[in-house]
Amino acid sequence: MTLDERLENVAVIGAAGKMGSGIVLLLAQEMAKLKLKNPDKGYHLYAVDISEKDLDGLTGYLQAQATKAAEKGCVMLRELYKDRDNLVENYDIIAQFTSDVLSVIRPTTELALTKNACMVFEAIVEDKDVKIKILKTIDSLCSKDTYYFTNTSSIPIHILDEGVGLDGRIIGYHFYNPPAVQKLAELIPAKTTKKNVIDLSHEIAKRLRKKIIPSNDVAGFVGNGHFMRDILHATGEVERLSDTFSQVEAIYALNKVSQDFLIRPMGIFQLIDYVGVEVCQLIMKVMSTHIPGVTLESDLVNKMVDKNVIGGQYADGSQKDGFLKYEKNRPTGVYDIEKGAYVAFDPDGWTKKIDEKLGAMPDGWAPWRKLLMDPKKDDKLKAYFGHLKNVNTLGAQLAKAYFKQSKAIGEGLVNDGVAHNAEDVNGVLTNGFYHLYGPINNYLD
Amino acid sequence: MSKLRKPVYFAAGYNTVSFGSGRKEFHPKKPRPGLEHYINESGKGVLEQINDAKHIDEGVIGNFMAARFNRQGNLASLMVNIHPSFEYKPMVRVEGACGSGGLSLTTGVKTVLSDMADVILSIGVEVQNPVKAIYGADILAGAGHYAGERKVGHAYFFPSKFSDRAGACYEKFGYDRIRQAMARWYEQAILNARKNPKAQEFHNSIDDLFAAGMTPPNPNVFCDHINVYDCSKVSDGASALIIASEEGLNKVGVPKSKAVELIGYGVAVADLTKPPPDQTKMTTVGKSVHQAYEMAGLGPKDIGVLEVHDCFTIGGILELEAAGFAEYGKGPDLVLEGKTRADGPLPTNATGGLIGFGHYTGGTGVRQAVDVLLQLTGQAGDCQVDVPADRPYGLMISMGGNDKTVVSCIFKSAA
Repeated sequence: MTLDERLENVAVIGAAGKMGSGIVLLLAQEMAKLKLKNPDKGYHLYAVDISEKDLDGLTGYLQAQATKAAEKGCVMLRELYKDRDNLVENYDIIAQFTSDVLSVIRPTTELALTKNACMVFEAIVEDKDVKIKILKTIDSLCSKDTYYFTNTSSIPIHILDEGVGLDGRIIGYHFYNPPAVQKLAELIPAKTTKKNVIDLSHEIAKRLRKKIIPSNDVAGFVGNGHFMRDILHATGEVERLSDTFSQVEAIYALNKVSQDFLIRPMGIFQLIDYVGVEVCQLIMKVMSTHIPGVTLESDLVNKMVDKNVIGGQYADGSQKDGFLKYEKNRPTGVYDIEKGAYVAFDPDGWTKKIDEKLGAMPDGWAPWRKLLMDPKKDDKLKAYFGHLKNVNTLGAQLAKAYFKQSKAIGEGLVNDGVAHNAEDVNGVLTNGFYHLYGPINNYLD
Repeated sequence: MSKLRKPVYFAAGYNTVSFGSGRKEFHPKKPRPGLEHYINESGKGVLEQINDAKHIDEGVIGNFMAARFNRQGNLASLMVNIHPSFEYKPMVRVEGACGSGGLSLTTGVKTVLSDMADVILSIGVEVQNPVKAIYGADILAGAGHYAGERKVGHAYFFPSKFSDRAGACYEKFGYDRIRQAMARWYEQAILNARKNPKAQEFHNSIDDLFAAGMTPPNPNVFCDHINVYDCSKVSDGASALIIASEEGLNKVGVPKSKAVELIGYGVAVADLTKPPPDQTKMTTVGKSVHQAYEMAGLGPKDIGVLEVHDCFTIGGILELEAAGFAEYGKGPDLVLEGKTRADGPLPTNATGGLIGFGHYTGGTGVRQAVDVLLQLTGQAGDCQVDVPADRPYGLMISMGGNDKTVVSCIFKSAA
C-alpha cells in the first residue's frame, strides 16, 4: 500500500489534545490536497477522543488553524485550485481549502469507527497501560496491515509493540509541540519495527515537511533525555543556592540564567510550565522505570504537583500558571511553595536585587529573538560565549555550570546509545527546542 | 503640451505617520486609528498652517480602495468632517489605484486653473491594516485587470508583477548587478527613513541592510525574483496640502517662502487590459514625465530633488531610466554608484520613499508632493538635502497599477 492509499483512511487517537489536534491538522491538509487530485476517492480522518466537549472545541481550533495554514500556503494553493474558475481571489481559495480540510475530518468518540484506518496516530495520555489497552482495542478492529505511529515522548516503543502484539507495525513518531508549527519529529523505531513502517515514516515526514531525527528506543529518547536532565540540573541548583537565595529568588535566578545568559527562547522553569509540570514528572517516572540504573526525580517538581500547580495550556493555547505566573503568556511572578501563593516580579525591588547579584550580561550578548534571524548568529554566539568564559559574576558562573552540564548530558546521550551521534543531539535541541546552538559544542573550551 | 495659464502654488503640506508593521507602537491585534482619523489629522494639519479654514473653496480626496479595506464609500463627504466650514462645499473623491494621490493633485490644479476656485484642499488617504496582507493582496490586485489577470495571477498579485519585471531585467542585464542595485535601493530607503520620525521604517534596526536586501527570493512562499525587502509595506496614513492660485495663497496667508510653484505636470494612462509593452521599461512613467518636462520647458538635467514611486525596488530603478536620469539599462549604476543617496547628486526619496516611509497607496502621491514641497522650501528637517542653485527643481512621479496611471509634477520654490 502506498502512502497515498493509506492516507484514504487515517485515525488520530487523542485528537482533541494539544498534540493530537495538531497532528489532525497536518494530516487533514495533506488528505484534502489528495482529494483535490482524486475527487472520486473518499478520504476520511477519524479524529477520536474520549471527550465530546473537547471534540466540540476541536472543530473551531481546526477551522482557525486550517485558515491560518491556507493563508500561509496561498501561493501553492492557487496552483492547486487553478482549474476552479469560481475561485478567483485569495479569499475564495483560502475559504475553499479550509472547508476541504474540515470535510475530511470525522470527529468522534467511537473507537469502533477506526476499523478501516490504514494508519493510526496515537497521542493520548503518557501512560503505558492506557496506551496498550487502547491500541489493543483498535488492533482488534483494524486490518493486520494497519500501521501505528505513537507520539509518546518517553515510553520505549518495544514495550508498546510487545504489549499490544503488533509484531513491529509500530514506530515512535514524536512530534514537537505544537505539531503544526514545529519542524522536528523524532523517529524511534523499535528493534522489531518493520522496514516498511520506517520507510513510510520518512515519506510522511517529507509530505508534512518535517525534519526527522532518529533516536534509539531508550525511554525519553533524545529530546526528553536531555530536557529531563536539564530540569534536574536546574532544580538541583535551586537547592544549592539556598544559602544565597530564597527558593523563589533561586527559581527566578535560574530561569533568567537559562534564558538570558544561555540565550535560549525560554527559561527552564517557563519551559517546564509550557510542557506541564505533571507531564515532566510523569516522563521522569517513565524514564526511571525503563532505563536500568537511572533514577530521575525532582523534589521541587513533586512538590508542585502535590500542590496541583501544574502549568500546561488552556484550550486557547494560553499559558497556565506553574512555577511562574503568566499574564499574556509572559512570566510575571514565581510560585512560593511554602505559602502557596505567587510572588510578583518587582523590577524596582527583589527582582532588581537578584539581577544585580547575577551581574550584567557579558559583552556581545543579544537576546535570543534578535539572534534568531541573524545571518551572523554563529559568529556572534561564539564571540559572546568567549566573553562569558572570562566573566566571573554569579550569573556567569551559573551559566557556565549550566552550559557544561547541558553539554555533558548531550554527550551522555551519545555515549549511552540513545542518540546516534552528537549531530542528532544538537539537531533535536535546535529544531525541537529552538535553541540557537546545540549543547555539544566547543564554545567554552 | 500647453503651458500652465497661470501660477499654481502648493503649500501647507502635512503627512501623518505611515503606520503599520515596523513601527514600534504597531500591534496587529491592538485597536488602531481608522479612516476618519487619518482624513481629519491630515486635513487639520493643513488648516493649522493657514489663517482660516473658510478660505478653502473645494476639496479633493484621492483614495484607492476604502470601499474594500474599510467598507467605506463616499469619502468626499468624510472630508467635511475636518472642519464645520466645509459643510456644503464642493468635495470630490478621485481614484487611479496607487496613483490616486497624484490625481488628487492634478484634479485640484485643474480646478484652480479653471478659475472656479482659489484654494483647494487636496488629501490622499489609505488605511490598509484592517485587512491581513494576504487578503489585502486581493484588494490591491484591483489595480490590475480583474477579469483578465486575477484568476491566473499570483497570491501576491502586485509583487509578482514587479517580480516579473525584475526577472526580465535579470535576464537582459545580468542578475548580480540588478540584484545588488535593488539591495542598495532598500538600504538607501531605510537609511533615509531612519531620519524621518513619521516613516514606517523609522525604527528599523537591521544591522546589515544590504545583506538583508540581498536575501535570495523564495518562490515557495513569495515571488520568483524579489524578496520582501524589495516591497513597500502595508500602511495606514494620509497626506494633505493646499493647491492655490496667487490670490488664494494670499488669502490663506502663507508666504511664498513656504510654498512651491507647479511649473509642469503630466498625466498618462495606459490600457489596463494590456500587458506592459516591455517588462524592462516603465513606458507610461516615461510618457507622463516627459509631458511634465515639456510643459515646464525642462529636462532631467534640471532636477535637483526627486521623488519616485518605488512600491518595489525594481520599480524605483526603472523609473530613473524612464524619467531620463539614466540610459536604458543604466539605472542600476546610478544606485550602485550612490548617486541617488540623500547626499548624492540626485537625492531620491530622501524621506524614505515608499519602501522606507511607507505606502498608504491612495495617499502616496500627495505624500510625495508634500515631501518635495518641504525639501524645496528648506523645511525637511533631518531629511533636508542640498538643493543645487543650478538645479532648483523637484520632480515627483505617482504611479497607479503596473505602470498604468501615472502623474508627474515638477515644482520650484515660489520664493
